[in-house]
Amino acid sequence: MTAASIAEPGGESILDTPPPTTSRPRGPFGRLWQQVKQAQGFSKWLLWVGAGITAVFIVLAVFAPLIAPYGFDQYMAHGVRFAKQGSPNGSHWFGTNVRSVDVLSVVIYGSRTAIEVVMLAVVFSLFVGVPLGLISGYYGGWLDRILVLIMDALFAFPYLLLAIIIAFLLQNSVGSGVLTAAIAITVIYVPQYFRVVRGQVLSAREEPYVEAARALGARPRTIMGRYLFFNVIQSVPVIATLNAADAILTLAGLGFLGFGIQPTQAAEWGYELQRGVADMGAGLWWTSVFPGIAIVSLVTGLTLVGEGLNDVLNPVLRKRSGRRVVLPRRDASATTLPTRQGDNRGRGEELA
Amino acid sequence: MATSGGSLRRYALTRLALVIPMILILLTVVFLLMRVAPGDPIQAALGGKLSAAQLEEKRRAAGFTKPLIVQYGEYLKQVFTLNLGTAITDNQRITTVLKVNGAATLELSFTATLIALVIGVPIGLRAGRLRDSAFDAGGRLFGIITYAAPVFFVGLLFQLVFSKWLNWLPNSGMLSPIDQAELPAHTHLSVVDAIWDHNMSAFVDSLKHLAMPSFTLGLLLCGVVIRLIRTNLIQTLKGDYVEAARARGVPEHKVVMRHAFRNALVPVVTVMGLQAALLLSGAVLTEETFNWPGIGNQLVTYLNNRDYTAVQGIITIFALAVVFISLLIDFVNAAIDPRVRY
Repeated sequence: MTAASIAEPGGESILDTPPPTTSRPRGPFGRLWQQVKQAQGFSKWLLWVGAGITAVFIVLAVFAPLIAPYGFDQYMAHGVRFAKQGSPNGSHWFGTNVRSVDVLSVVIYGSRTAIEVVMLAVVFSLFVGVPLGLISGYYGGWLDRILVLIMDALFAFPYLLLAIIIAFLLQNSVGSGVLTAAIAITVIYVPQYFRVVRGQVLSAREEPYVEAARALGARPRTIMGRYLFFNVIQSVPVIATLNAADAILTLAGLGFLGFGIQPTQAAEWGYELQRGVADMGAGLWWTSVFPGIAIVSLVTGLTLVGEGLNDVLNPVLRKRSGRRVVLPRRDASATTLPTRQGDNRGRGEELA
Repeated sequence: MATSGGSLRRYALTRLALVIPMILILLTVVFLLMRVAPGDPIQAALGGKLSAAQLEEKRRAAGFTKPLIVQYGEYLKQVFTLNLGTAITDNQRITTVLKVNGAATLELSFTATLIALVIGVPIGLRAGRLRDSAFDAGGRLFGIITYAAPVFFVGLLFQLVFSKWLNWLPNSGMLSPIDQAELPAHTHLSVVDAIWDHNMSAFVDSLKHLAMPSFTLGLLLCGVVIRLIRTNLIQTLKGDYVEAARARGVPEHKVVMRHAFRNALVPVVTVMGLQAALLLSGAVLTEETFNWPGIGNQLVTYLNNRDYTAVQGIITIFALAVVFISLLIDFVNAAIDPRVRY
């Protein structure tokens, strides 16, 4: 327990304090949306630029067959084979690679693969990590201790190696497609949701509203599902967005090392970069630079959204416009008061 | 959370005791992962190369025919006697792999961390102090982009620019073939070996080979460092004692360096410890990009050859390394911050 709290990374421990409630929140996501709307300056810029970049890739992913000039593994058209490693030109804007496949099409279809895998992975890890965190934090006891030990062990382990091993082991039984990659990535992120949710449950468990529910005879399942869940889920959007960004890098890493999705199954940016290593030595930059830029852009987009959300939701980093006065609600918990004072102090300093 | 009784020695002993369950759990996870997986390790590694009888013989020699619990006991015994067995495919002892390839990984990781700190700390400090200025925005963007760029992509770009176009640095590897043959391996750290031998040309050669990989990996960590220093400095700058220092008329740069920065360092040390996972993951990719003969590179080779024994041994080493690093970080933390002691 103490080891776990020491090992808490700075970035996440801040998230552990629940964001103070603003006036009239409508459900957990209404509250989130309200805070997003209040974003100011750089945070606002981060959020909207990030959302814009991400939206472009989502459009590419959804409409890949309509946008891409060729198929993701198509190496000939009208009975003519494309040039092998042909440089960018009018009919192939990004050139062709060693398999004679159009690089632009690979990049566009790659966004589809990336978003598919990442969505699956984030949903899987939410479905595993959040309930485990709730149960572990609410019941405590030996189950909690064992789960914390296992999760800490998984969290400390080099994540890419973990993913490689899982992908390697699943290759035999599940094959090497989108599902395998998603499962391998899921294993990495479950501990993060577990830790954050558990930490929040630990503090929320003692709140008067939970005690009241318990006193009224609510079953543990009701308390966890109805009362704790919505209060604990607040910090999940930030982590989920940042994890999605990280998952893209992990997927590409898997592909680069040869344990990801095979080119016959779907287009994958990391695999293209692996094939590009040899081309790069010969000065053929287009086979790897374009997929590489795609990775950087999508990850940057998602990270910007995550960072922006963090700025907006994190009470320690948050700055609101000076004029807005937010009075604490009468039932606001004691924990919101110090942060609000901290906020004011920060503002006073800037005025001075 | 003892206030006065929390001596450093007591903390160290408690922390050491906590390491044992951590190691046991990690080892169990590694063992289960490797053994519960479908497929027969010997068949996977050597199938088709040996006759059925020879395979059976190998299987018995490797202990795969025994019950799982006995294998588990033997695995633990192996780890605690620091004898991780021999690779099935190339008959190398895993401890030798650790010594030779581990040294290359160590050299790469150490240099990369150094580069990350040298670049990241000043940027993070300035960004935190000049919050929301153009510099801060630029620093954050730089941090985000270095994080968003996969190490292998950065590595490829470096190779294209510095090796292919400018022809300044060697494309890959740890030493040129000539130096490789001449330089005796004292420590397996190429730079140290070159100094040890007073071999100037090998020293320059090793630095040239080290430059691109360590910069690539260093940039990855650099983003994390900037972000950490910035966030923590902003928080500590809000502290009462910082305000008090300002009120006393302490110059601003002294307030930042003496009062805020030192306290901002505590969480930074902790999180940098956790970044060991990031560092080692990045090292695997960097090694693969630059054909750096590190332990990650070796692991990928063994994985491709489906050599379960070697993979299990190397993963065990990584697990132990992670536990060791987190232990070290906690000690450093306890030494600088009395509040974390038990």
